Amino acid sequence: MKKEAIVSAADLTIGYRTGRRVTRVHEHLSFRLYPGELTCLLGANGMGKSTLLRTLAASQPALSGELVLEGRPLSHYSEKERSRRIGMVLTDKTQAGGLTVYELVALGRQPHTGFFGRLHRQDHVRIAEALEAVGIAHKAQSYTAELSDGERQKVMIAKAVVQECPLILLDEPTAFLDVVSRIEIMDLLHKLAVEQNKAILLSTHNVEQALVLADKLWLLSQEGGLQCGVTEDLILNHRMDSLFGRPDIQFDYAHGVYYPIVHGCRQIVVESEDDTLLHWMVNALNRRHYACVQSTPDNTSLPSLRASAPDRLLLNQSGKITLCSSFEELLSLLVN
Amino acid sequence: MTMKYRIWGGIVLLLVLLFAANLFLGSARIPFRAVLGILAGEEGEKTAWTYIVWQTRFPQAVTALFAGASLAVAGLMLQTVFANPLAGPSILGIDSGASLGVALVMLLCGGTVGAVTVGLTFSGYVAVVVGAFAGAALILGLIIFFSTLIRSNVMLLIIGMMMGYIASSAISLLNFFATAEGVFSYTMWGMGDFSGVSAGQLPFFCGILSVGLFLALLLMKPLNALLLGERYAGNLGINVRRVRVVLLISTGLLTAVTTAFCGPIAFIGLAVPHIARLLLGTSNHNFLLPVTMLCGAVIALLCNLISVLPGSAGVIPLNAITPVLGAPVIIYVIVNQRKIQYFH
Repeated sequence: MKKEAIVSAADLTIGYRTGRRVTRVHEHLSFRLYPGELTCLLGANGMGKSTLLRTLAASQPALSGELVLEGRPLSHYSEKERSRRIGMVLTDKTQAGGLTVYELVALGRQPHTGFFGRLHRQDHVRIAEALEAVGIAHKAQSYTAELSDGERQKVMIAKAVVQECPLILLDEPTAFLDVVSRIEIMDLLHKLAVEQNKAILLSTHNVEQALVLADKLWLLSQEGGLQCGVTEDLILNHRMDSLFGRPDIQFDYAHGVYYPIVHGCRQIVVESEDDTLLHWMVNALNRRHYACVQSTPDNTSLPSLRASAPDRLLLNQSGKITLCSSFEELLSLLVN
Repeated sequence: MTMKYRIWGGIVLLLVLLFAANLFLGSARIPFRAVLGILAGEEGEKTAWTYIVWQTRFPQAVTALFAGASLAVAGLMLQTVFANPLAGPSILGIDSGASLGVALVMLLCGGTVGAVTVGLTFSGYVAVVVGAFAGAALILGLIIFFSTLIRSNVMLLIIGMMMGYIASSAISLLNFFATAEGVFSYTMWGMGDFSGVSAGQLPFFCGILSVGLFLALLLMKPLNALLLGERYAGNLGINVRRVRVVLLISTGLLTAVTTAFCGPIAFIGLAVPHIARLLLGTSNHNFLLPVTMLCGAVIALLCNLISVLPGSAGVIPLNAITPVLGAPVIIYVIVNQRKIQYFH
């Protein structure tokens, strides 16, 4: 089944207009967002992630090109109409500490309520459902001031959910969160995308979780512009390398993480049957500026490390063989 | 919920009691039964008593009620829109702007600065009110302009204070050219009191303030959205720019009219929203805004009552009373801000 895109852009130019001066941040952007998918926008700071999100939210106009939301140009929507189609979660500081969680989430119903914002039965049902969906129902009557950062983020997500928008945009929702909350929030967003058939786009620096949970990735960089695609396609087509445009930062294709390149002047041969063990051997040796190579007939003169278990590390330094029972022991030998 | 309604009931009861107390107590001593009779429509034992109750005490109580509610709700709106719990009409220099407008109009009208509304014709005090509104709106407009340039709320408060000082120095300059009599009456006006509105002016005074209070009630929904900040409010379908304009007109009217008639009254706008928040335990404007109005009225009536305590010896100026009641509230709030939810 072919899904209908909620948002589509063709040849979009984003940037700022200050007086007569025009600052183009990115040109020729084309993309689509589909319901039921979690999309993660990755890119270095200053690459224009926020500008792109703001353009999508219509809080700043596109400089040129076409941006269509549900079949109509975004600029043709009124504020009120937009508020029912695009829900946002921002990093802005709020002064809502004196509201209960329930009251704050209820604010998300404002696009649907009347002049004084009175809540009807239908609204209360939606709010209760959203609180349940994000797993914060037990704190409904707590003040938002009393929540942890992760809980507060869930409340803001619930606010966006009760807005009943097909599109939710989140600006770095996992910034300032600890690891557990980061994973929880990303997992929650993926679940919402799938279960409530929403198109969710979030910007993040959290590459690790993005690669695990994003259905699509948007990579924003200086040289590559915006590259969109299914996570695995982008990774395996080596699109991750150019994301930061820094030759000294490389992407580890086996493990999905970025790492600084090794300035190895010394080489060492590593060997192990166990891939996990091999990975951590390389990790430890890289930190000590050893470039790890595979064993070949030509490099028998190089020092070598062979391991069969984490406590059986066999180090060979120009014929002198030492059996190390831990990495601590191994590394102390390498210093000297 | 029931707790909130109980608080409502309590405040309304207090309001009624204080309003009555303001009719029964005053500088002149009138027996309780006599006041009761006069209020029931009888002619008083002495004509002076009837006059005092209907021409002095009643307008004064109504003035206090409206002025208190107006200043308090203006303070609340400013605190929410500037995301700063220490904002208020007097802190931001808005009543200095209104004072300047009043002073200018008085001087242009050929009168002395500050004799304000006493003895003015209808068109005269309309001109004074228009001047006050222009002054207040000018300062408010400037503050809103600066708020687009400056992100820090503390810095914005300081700018408001600076503009208040500039307005005050302009007033001092006007005073320099005024007669000694003018300076005296300006000084008296500056001390603040609720007796400046005569029974004849009362409908005009209450009418304009009602417009401002009504506009404030219309803003409850957007004010709640603004608790999340402007970008969130915009995303919730609020036209932030329009809300700001309505808010400017409302706070401008409320501050300008009360200042023109009663003098620049400090602390009610700053402290009462905090009292209301602490009482209710919520920042939800659907409750907070009406309760702030009621609390403002209660506090103003209380201040008015205190001001006549010396009896025949004279009347204590309002600005000698409001800081004594207001400043401790602000100090309490600042000291306990870690424990007070609405600060976070």
